[in-house]
Amino acid sequence: MNPGTHAEALLRNKRIVRGGDGSGYPLDPAAVALPPESRPEILLQAENLLVRRGGATVLDIPAFDVHPGELLALIGPNGAGKSTLLLTLACLLKPSRGRFSFNGREIDAGRGDVEYRRRIAMVFQEPLLFDATVFDNVAAGLKIRGMGREEIGRVVPGYLELFGIAHLTKRSARKLSGGEAQRTSLARAFVTKPEIVFLDEPFSALDPPTREALIGDLERIIRETHTTAVASTHDQTEALRLADRMAVMNGGKIVQIGPVAEVINRPADGFVASFVGVETVLPGRVLRSSDGVFTAAVEGGEIQAVGHLRPGERVLCCIRPEHVTLSTNIPPPGTSARNAFPGTIRKITPLGLFNRVLLNCGFDLVAYVTRQSLETLSLEEGKRVIASFKATAVHVIPRQEPRQT
Amino acid sequence: MNLIIEGIQKAFFLIFTLDAEVLGITLLSLQVSGTATLISLFIGISVGTAVALSRFPGRQLVVSLINTGMGLPPVVVGLFVAIFLWRNGPLGFLEILYTPTAIILAQAVIATPIVTGITLASIQNLPVNLRLQILALGATRVQMVWLLVKEARLPLLAAVMAGFGGIISEVGASIMVGGNIRGYSRVLTTATVMETGRGNFDVAIALSIILMLLAFFVNAILTQIQQRERPR
Repeated sequence: MNPGTHAEALLRNKRIVRGGDGSGYPLDPAAVALPPESRPEILLQAENLLVRRGGATVLDIPAFDVHPGELLALIGPNGAGKSTLLLTLACLLKPSRGRFSFNGREIDAGRGDVEYRRRIAMVFQEPLLFDATVFDNVAAGLKIRGMGREEIGRVVPGYLELFGIAHLTKRSARKLSGGEAQRTSLARAFVTKPEIVFLDEPFSALDPPTREALIGDLERIIRETHTTAVASTHDQTEALRLADRMAVMNGGKIVQIGPVAEVINRPADGFVASFVGVETVLPGRVLRSSDGVFTAAVEGGEIQAVGHLRPGERVLCCIRPEHVTLSTNIPPPGTSARNAFPGTIRKITPLGLFNRVLLNCGFDLVAYVTRQSLETLSLEEGKRVIASFKATAVHVIPRQEPRQT
Repeated sequence: MNLIIEGIQKAFFLIFTLDAEVLGITLLSLQVSGTATLISLFIGISVGTAVALSRFPGRQLVVSLINTGMGLPPVVVGLFVAIFLWRNGPLGFLEILYTPTAIILAQAVIATPIVTGITLASIQNLPVNLRLQILALGATRVQMVWLLVKEARLPLLAAVMAGFGGIISEVGASIMVGGNIRGYSRVLTTATVMETGRGNFDVAIALSIILMLLAFFVNAILTQIQQRERPR
């Protein structure tokens, strides 16, 4: 989409507030992006991306799409290739092979396409601010684009306000706290009206309260400005909170990508399951199956789950901790749960609003319970309880038979 | 002791009476060393930045050579510049030996590795991802280099101080390629050496004091700029 079309679309939607000089630069930060209905179906498309470093493949992505207006989270452990993918997509790292297009236009990653880089923005884990005031830092991208001083003076304050750093305008960037510095870095990225923002673990260096506040503000700003964003994180709760879609990466590959709920509830394999917070992953084998419900033998017990699987098939049974219910009665009354296991509480770990309870039911099973439930049931380490969960709460991942050697 | 006191008295007398010869020598020293510093800044910042930002075979060797160059003995520089500018030398056709231009050339050769080495270290000390961040802000390569140099401006001021300080006070190269010709290529250091040789200690002390004051004021101004820039 050319800039003229973008501006026309903004005007049609009457969401732009023109500057006093008639330059058309939006003073209202919320008016920086096209409304969802005006957007193409795919904003960024990559094919056969391959990045090799020192003879090793660090990124191998056959296909990757970003839809306009969405927030796509890349999650995975350190070294999974998240940053490499973001740097490649931001035209900051030349891939060994592959191509990508933005809004239908092919991007020449090899030449370091300046025009493309002026339509995107990237925020790193470190704020990487210049040795200048907060105002000058936020204005940096606009100066690079040749915007006049007067116009910069009109545009920047809105973004300082938006990111809650208006009171720091004249402060040296060297004197900011971690959270203030990252807010400045985010304002610097958003002030250029990027069509897509790449966020490389922008919260990971912050303390929990600062991170919490910043995530909340960023979520609001991204939604209000309809900005498309791709954010990497190794914290699945950040991804859950922010993202529309989630891509789980491991070893330079995307092992699963889809809507957040789908990835969380239907992990493609054991790695994804463990990474997205499915704390109980039990390898097993189907014993019997009828009417869409099967029984699988796992180490220390039998689990009923939903699915059309044949006896003998190998499976991974994934159970999310929030789907496990604990009770002290045998059997738990008034429940449709088909799985109930007596077990002993091995460890209780407070996690703020709830507690993580690790049970030994013949196999390790994790449940989350509220503090209130903990007190009502008098749960304590060593106590015998009944853990129950529905057959529908078990996500089943079919496994390949091990290769014969 | 009397000799030193007389020297100091003479220095202030020469300064306050605006002695024409001393003033000429002082201005020539400033002009020669200032020009050499500017030349070394232009070459040193360019080369230092280029080496800091690029990866090529033999880079390590180049960095080692630059670092070695930071300690080049002025007399060695003077010797080779003199050979190059000698009538039969490769640059003899320029006919600039025993002129202020020859001193500028020699002093620029001394200061350039100092400025290059400090620039190289300053740029390398910037955060690794800053370069990528600047590009992600939409900068061209030229804008990126300018912003990096601007970001390293405080250590680069140290490069200016080190470069200027190194050459305003050197004597070996200046005397070898400048010839210490009265009223033409005589600078503060060469004049001091000559007056000491003649036993005119009071004049030599006076010239030394002027030299030190000159170095002090130039560095004081640069320090003032550096400290004002420094985040508080």
